[in-house]
Amino acid sequence: MNFKIAIAVFFVFVILHHDVWNWDDRSLWFGFLPVGLGYHVVYSIAVGVFWYLVNRFAWPHATEAWAEGGAEE
Amino acid sequence: MTTFYILVGYLALLIGLGLLSSRFFKGTSADFFVVSRSVGSFLLLMSIFGTTMTGFAIVGSTAKSYTNGIGVYGLMASWSGLIHSAVFFAVGIKLWAVGKRYGYVTQCEYFRARFESDRIGYILFPILVLLVIPYLLVGVIAAGKFIQPTTAGLFPEAFPLPNLPNGDPHPLSGGIPPALGGGVICLIVLCYVFFGGLRGAVWANTFQTIVFMGTGVIAFFMISKNLGGLKEASEAVAASEFGSERLGREGMIGKMQFLSYCFIPLSVGMFPHLFQHWLTAKSAKSFKLTVVAFPLFIMIVWLPCVLIGIWAAGYLGPLDPGQSANAVLGRMIGQLVQSPVLTGLVGAGVLAAIMSSLDSQFMCLGTMFTTDVVMKKYGKDRFSDRQKIWIARGFILLIVGGTYGLALVLQDSTHVFDLGVWCFSGFAGLFPLVLASVYWKRVTLAGAYACILATAVTWGILFYQDILAVKPEGAGDEELLVFGMMPVATITVISTVALVLVSLLTKKPSGAIIRKFFVK
Repeated sequence: MNFKIAIAVFFVFVILHHDVWNWDDRSLWFGFLPVGLGYHVVYSIAVGVFWYLVNRFAWPHATEAWAEGGAEE
Repeated sequence: MTTFYILVGYLALLIGLGLLSSRFFKGTSADFFVVSRSVGSFLLLMSIFGTTMTGFAIVGSTAKSYTNGIGVYGLMASWSGLIHSAVFFAVGIKLWAVGKRYGYVTQCEYFRARFESDRIGYILFPILVLLVIPYLLVGVIAAGKFIQPTTAGLFPEAFPLPNLPNGDPHPLSGGIPPALGGGVICLIVLCYVFFGGLRGAVWANTFQTIVFMGTGVIAFFMISKNLGGLKEASEAVAASEFGSERLGREGMIGKMQFLSYCFIPLSVGMFPHLFQHWLTAKSAKSFKLTVVAFPLFIMIVWLPCVLIGIWAAGYLGPLDPGQSANAVLGRMIGQLVQSPVLTGLVGAGVLAAIMSSLDSQFMCLGTMFTTDVVMKKYGKDRFSDRQKIWIARGFILLIVGGTYGLALVLQDSTHVFDLGVWCFSGFAGLFPLVLASVYWKRVTLAGAYACILATAVTWGILFYQDILAVKPEGAGDEELLVFGMMPVATITVISTVALVLVSLLTKKPSGAIIRKFFVK
């Protein structure tokens, strides 16, 4: 996974955020969690996992090394 | 008095923490402004999270979900989880790297060097300061207004209020007045920032973040227990006419409005106080935990508050005239739990969320005045490190005093809280500038000016329409929408187009500047 794939997956997440199919669904998951809210809670967890994978596979090593390189005017 | 003692104990702990952090102060300006660039993963996460979350995350989220239902989580929490982390990863790490390599402390220093222009710093400086000040005012006024009802009835002789016109006692009588409460909060924040610099703010933010996350979760479980359990609480909402609507989004939030909220979290990319926090990181790796944990931390704070908000819709029903949705959390605790300990803990949590933003903003304005005005005018080498620290402390003192004075004048203005959203919109409008500066080699100084001008003009027109223009009779308090979207979408799109077009039409930046700021 590189930075470009991470950007593509990021935009998939942008699309998945717009869950119009849950718009007027008022049923409850597990008897207490409204579907539209439950979906976005799962979404938040998935976003956390996504950023973990980005850190792991698309980390900006070059930027990190450049920062430690000292000033060059 | 238990509630009051818990609040006092919490504030005393903060002062103690501030004084303790000052014992680790190394006496250098780099330590005062950016903690010697030594902050590790955990403290960076807690300080950035505390700075980003305001009192709105606890009180406002409950109120807004009571009013607009569960969609509020998607509008604000899940969008922020995705976008904030993206900005930290894509922009924060780049700016940290540039700051570390060239020793920058403020945004204006960076933009001056990046665009080879002193003038852009002079233009950005007042814009950034003007956008931070209303944000500060909201915090100080909200703290004062929160303390008064929390302490109502505790000091009947010191702070009496006349009875209501119908003869009933005033519900706020005996509470600490907002002017005094806001003043005490300012003094406490001043205390730990003045002595400890940004280290004081980082340590305090870490403690405050633990407090407001913990108290929200405790309040959630206590309230759900007293409603008969999670299932019973939500089933009661489904059975109520007022509450059941709020379990979905139809009729509560427009689809385009829901989508356009994605622009609001872009504002973090241009917050001067977050820029300063990013520079405190010990290494780029310090960002890893923040990037991953941010969406989860937002969920931990927002999910309980949104559920309490919709449960309140079922339990309390519609508000009576004159009642505020912002009081919903307090009413749920007061009516269901009736525990002064929990009231005190939640009170401490709300103050923690407010103060954890105030401290960084005071600190960053002090840093900006010292670095971008005084040192820019007289030269960096003119002052010793000790003098720089005292100049910054002097500015912080002036800013705290000025903010408190303005808060006293504006505390009863109905528009102050609306200004908060407009601050975010202004910062988001400038986001294309910072994004282009770190990724687009072709961006030019003229393009940067076009972006700033487009943001200022669009922001000004829409702000006038929403806040200043006389509304037709019968018009409600609905948010201004442009093509069904939040004004921030229009501002950001226009500023992006202006930046790109003008950059492409003007001369490329020099090779030296590309070599200086871009990794080969």
